[in-house]
Amino acid sequence: MDFTHSDDRRMLADTIARFVRENYAFETRAEIIQGDDRFAREKWADFAELGLIGALFEEADGGFGGGGFDLAVLFEELGKGLVVEPFLATLLAGRAIALAGSDDQKAMLAAVISGETLLAFAHSEPQSRYDLADVALKAERDGDGFILSGDKSVVINGGTADLFVVSARTSGAAGDAAGLSLFLVDAKADGLTRRAFPCIDGGGAAELKFDAVKLPASALLGARDRAYCVIEAVAGLGILALASEALGAMETAKTLTLDYLGARKQFGRPIGAFQALQHRMADMLIEIEQLRSAVINAAGALTSDRLSREKSLSAVKYLCGKIGRLVAEECIQLHGGIGMTWEYALPHYCKRIVMIDHMLGDEDHHLARYIALSKEAAP
Amino acid sequence: MDMSFTQQEKAFQAEVRCFLQEKLPARLSAAVKAGKRLSKADHEEWHAILAARGWLAVTWPKQHGGTGWNAVQRHIFEEECCAAGAPRIVPFGVNMLGPVLIKFGSEDQKAHYLPRILDGTDWWCQGYSEPGAGSDLASLQCKAVRRGDHYIVDGQKTWTTLGQHADWIFCLVRTAGDGKPQEGISFLLIDMAIPGITVRPILTLDGEHEINEVFFEGVKVPAENLVGEENKGWTYAKYLLTHERTGIAGVGFSTTGLAHLKSVAQRQKAHGVPLADDPYFAARLARVEIELEAMKTTNLRVLAAAAKGGGPGPESSMLKIKGTVIRQEINDLTRRALGPYAIPFVSESLDQGYNEEPIGPDYAGTAAREYFNNRKLSIFGGSNEIQKNIIAKALLRL
Repeated sequence: MDFTHSDDRRMLADTIARFVRENYAFETRAEIIQGDDRFAREKWADFAELGLIGALFEEADGGFGGGGFDLAVLFEELGKGLVVEPFLATLLAGRAIALAGSDDQKAMLAAVISGETLLAFAHSEPQSRYDLADVALKAERDGDGFILSGDKSVVINGGTADLFVVSARTSGAAGDAAGLSLFLVDAKADGLTRRAFPCIDGGGAAELKFDAVKLPASALLGARDRAYCVIEAVAGLGILALASEALGAMETAKTLTLDYLGARKQFGRPIGAFQALQHRMADMLIEIEQLRSAVINAAGALTSDRLSREKSLSAVKYLCGKIGRLVAEECIQLHGGIGMTWEYALPHYCKRIVMIDHMLGDEDHHLARYIALSKEAAP
Repeated sequence: MDMSFTQQEKAFQAEVRCFLQEKLPARLSAAVKAGKRLSKADHEEWHAILAARGWLAVTWPKQHGGTGWNAVQRHIFEEECCAAGAPRIVPFGVNMLGPVLIKFGSEDQKAHYLPRILDGTDWWCQGYSEPGAGSDLASLQCKAVRRGDHYIVDGQKTWTTLGQHADWIFCLVRTAGDGKPQEGISFLLIDMAIPGITVRPILTLDGEHEINEVFFEGVKVPAENLVGEENKGWTYAKYLLTHERTGIAGVGFSTTGLAHLKSVAQRQKAHGVPLADDPYFAARLARVEIELEAMKTTNLRVLAAAAKGGGPGPESSMLKIKGTVIRQEINDLTRRALGPYAIPFVSESLDQGYNEEPIGPDYAGTAAREYFNNRKLSIFGGSNEIQKNIIAKALLRL
């Protein structure tokens, strides 16, 4: 039993940590999120040069990592630095291509890993909330090709993507997991309009409208009607990534709060001397370590059977939501008024932590899913 | 024990509803209900309408232009105003300074300042907290040195809500440095037009400008602007803080907020079913509703006891803690209810003139922002931690 990371992974973590320390100060990030793109293309290029985008992909696809623990380490460091560049979007869309793509389609990943092509995963819709199978956007046969009509909502980094991986219904009724297909759609496709907007926790997203967008046969990614397992698989990677990112953000929030408790004096002593606050920090430490363990469980379970894997992913996302809210709220409260100010890094960490619960299924969604999966496992 | 409204109270409720229907401008209530930004002029407009009816100073005795209402009437008024989407009354002049002047001010001060609060001539803000004096307010350092017929004020105040709109600031200042810190504090009224005063905005975590820092450099304040006795300011401050606390249960906000939340939960769907019928969300909703119903009665019990005893005591700390926790829970659930659509945040959409298509449902835009902004509820007005200290010491005698 060995809970230490390999040298390679520690090097990966060190690389990002050093980059964040030297090039991604909080003030830098504050400026980046004011720009139209909501991330910095120069930073994305820097990350590409450091090989970090390659960490999202397996060796066979031109990357050098892509496994559960690689993603956990990478995203935890991104969370510690509150990095807004499109790692998650690249992971979701890129791994869909890697899983389901033809050789020609997978050849595109080289340009993604080099930072030239920006990807986004257009899956959720205005009515779908967190239900992965709720896809109403239609893909109708058009000779050899397809015509896509419908809407995609809150597509992370959708405003800046060059290429979308889009889920669409090619058969079946609304809400069926069967009958879904994935397509590669150029952002400039005729009939595709997008409305970009800022996200409250930094970063950006977009609403997409597909108005009879014509696609050739080569746009189909993987087998027709059978995309659900690919969608579930990449959503699972995304869950692990988000939980790891949240964990990193929570570590930083906790450290900032600990520092504050030591420095802030009221009633003649550092407020960290008060037992009530010490107990609350102890509680926070325990919960963060619990989340870390759940991330380890999920990262390790990625290569297990589907039920074990999906249960541990729902478990980590549930805990991420529950613990995230506690940590975010406590860290602000323990700072008092200063925890409420825009100029200070802490509340931005708290916003990111909380809003992660609104992506790829929240606390309640995953608790229900965990129960349903448990029933499947032991009928 | 009788919890039902009397005939008189029901009649009063009808009267308040009628007034709101007739006099609350639709433009203002629409803005409040949609969570839009209100301007200084918006607040002043509503204050003027209330003042014309004699309903601005709900905590003042009638002889000074107040309503003379009892606790139940004030509760009814608060609930109805919130339900109707009335702008919140800016509390600093009316609910904070007014009662202090009435109780501790000179006749001249009452005659001069109270009417100007009522007619909106003076917009007041509060100068209490300092960077080094938050929970430990008594350790404040902003100095006021007596020089002939003036005080010279030097120092800094922070978290000054709406200070950017204010004409006057009531300040706790240090007039004696030896002895216990509480025994060297005075309560001073300061005209913000006096040279040497600088107001700087502080942006909150949601990017909004509602609080400020205020700097005093050699500010000459006439000695007659001292309220009560020198070095007795802490007594007046404590009196004000307990007065501040009775409104701080925020029952009206929670009631209206819960109604809005339930409406959102009906319209949002999870797996094709309204979120309100999803068992997990329904459980969350039921829990907070049960707590709120109990809180309403706790609020009335504390206020009724206070009315008999002549003023709210340490029990008001219970209202502050429970009331703010419930409000924050309702904010959390409203954010949660929106699912992914809580994520988009278009700052311009909070302006009253904005009329572009919303992203997602039209009620989505403010939910996450309000949740984050209202984390302040458990921090300001005496943090919930300080309130627990008060309960432990004054109620539990620990």
